Amino acid sequence: MKSNKKITRWCIYLFVLGIILLGISLLSLCVGSAAIPVRKIISLLSKASDSAEYSILFNIRLPRIILGFAVGGALSISGVILQGMFRNPLVEPYTLGISGGAALGVVLSIIAGLSRRLGGISLPVSGFLGAILVIILVFYLSIRKRVLRIQGLLLYGVMISFVSSSLIMLLMAISGADELRGIVFWIMGSLEQPNWLLIKTAVWVSISGLIIAYFFSLQLNALSLGEEDARALGINVENTKKVLFLLTSVLTGMSVSICGIIGFVGLIVPHFIRLLVGNDQRILLGASFLCGSSFLILSDTLARTIIAPTELPVGVITGIIGGSVFIFALTKFK
Amino acid sequence: MNTLLEIKGLTCGYDARFFIQEINFSLEEKEFVGIIGPNGSGKTTFLRAITRFLKSQKGTVIFKGRDVRQIGFKEFARKIAVVSQNQPVNDITVEEFVLLGRIPHFEKMQFLETAHDFEIARKVMSLTQTSKFKDRLMRELSGGERQLAFIARALAQEPQLLLLDEPTTHLDIGHQVAVLDLLKKLNRECGLTVIIVLHDLNLASEYCQRLVLMREGRIYKAGHPDEVLSYQIIEEVYKTVVVVEKNPISLRPYVLLVPEEERRARSKKYGKEE
Repeated sequence: MKSNKKITRWCIYLFVLGIILLGISLLSLCVGSAAIPVRKIISLLSKASDSAEYSILFNIRLPRIILGFAVGGALSISGVILQGMFRNPLVEPYTLGISGGAALGVVLSIIAGLSRRLGGISLPVSGFLGAILVIILVFYLSIRKRVLRIQGLLLYGVMISFVSSSLIMLLMAISGADELRGIVFWIMGSLEQPNWLLIKTAVWVSISGLIIAYFFSLQLNALSLGEEDARALGINVENTKKVLFLLTSVLTGMSVSICGIIGFVGLIVPHFIRLLVGNDQRILLGASFLCGSSFLILSDTLARTIIAPTELPVGVITGIIGGSVFIFALTKFK
Repeated sequence: MNTLLEIKGLTCGYDARFFIQEINFSLEEKEFVGIIGPNGSGKTTFLRAITRFLKSQKGTVIFKGRDVRQIGFKEFARKIAVVSQNQPVNDITVEEFVLLGRIPHFEKMQFLETAHDFEIARKVMSLTQTSKFKDRLMRELSGGERQLAFIARALAQEPQLLLLDEPTTHLDIGHQVAVLDLLKKLNRECGLTVIIVLHDLNLASEYCQRLVLMREGRIYKAGHPDEVLSYQIIEEVYKTVVVVEKNPISLRPYVLLVPEEERRARSKKYGKEE
């Protein structure tokens, strides 16, 4: 009886968030420096053509929407998982130093001129390598006697973030004007990504991430009581922590290396959804994924339309809207 | 009576320091045993060693003839439930909190509670009288209500053995009695075996069939409250002067403490008289 009621409520949340996501995606397809009405989009969908509008829709706007879906979702569920695991509402995907590692990798490859020699794919690849190195480093520093110490993860992560951002500043200080521009643009984050292979990878990684996270949703619920109580409920706490740390690391590393550093999504979306649906990870994960996707697509749409044709960095928009909406929500709900 | 738990030569601690040493202890089914002792005597460590939260360096813990190290996490949680010292809780309702106790009973690919899980939750909430505030958030509850919710969650695991670590700390005497009366009732009527760590010697004396007194990580004395709670033993272990009397109603021993000023005044007075 009651179980059914809960499921119905959860389905409604997911349905509404799904509709919002579709609406925002459609809006994002329509607006831009060249507005395309919805009717036109439908007719373009049915038959391919080589018109400029077709090209704008499917080669420029649609890839950004798909990437926004994947990355927004991945960052949001990483935030949900990390906040649940650390029992700390201030933790976000970038706290653990993974973004710092990825950024350092990218900056190094920009300065070494790898992108000129190896093409566009070199940046994400070097970013991901940087992220992986940091993951391994933080993981091994935090393990003592086969126990993954959560506080250790946090402290080492924050320290590695500091070290890598200082190194990036150092590299920026000694780099030439062209490279500096490339670095700044990359760091501010953007959904512009011409490579379909990377976009597909992002979609696959984030959806598989969501599915894996669901297998650990009950464990995360139990972990909200603290490690000792979770263990008393029959949870293999050590395995859970390790798998979830690796999962969030891969999701974050993937997002940062493809899109640069897009802040606030992984911090604010989980909080916002928690206010809305409560603390149960079984709904929190799915709802946050959808909400994060919508939020990032919307921010990106605003970033490219507010002062079109000039494009603002999407991280600026996520920060401004995210921060103010969240402050509003907090004062409203509490 | 069958032996439920048998502990042989158990030694364990944190890092290289041993907090409990060479513990030998056995527990019959349906017993109600209290663990008492001064601060730092290893009471909590003893419980944590049974729950395997601490790895034992030496010795074995045998539950119903099986070494606990060979019992999987989930199966273990279906047999033994723990109410640890009050931990901070986040914003979930009492009912959601109690339902978490059903996790050990979930099948491998099960994500949602079944009707049976809700039925058990309903039952344990009515038993612990937490039903009336089941929709309130955990952090809104008073200390006593919260403690009852913790016990309800542990009962939702449908355990055979319940371990409690100082469940009456910070509670007023009304709530202390309510919690212990509930445990006693569960012990009598449902056959639940209970091990409880208590600071309050008088509560331990009134409710427990058997007491285990710990000192410096070892069992100093175990037995019926009448045997354990003698003033010689308590003065020796707690390093303080006490008076032990009998409760006229339950006929169990109760312990009175004597402040130092009174002790001095007395000894002066008697000294003069002598």
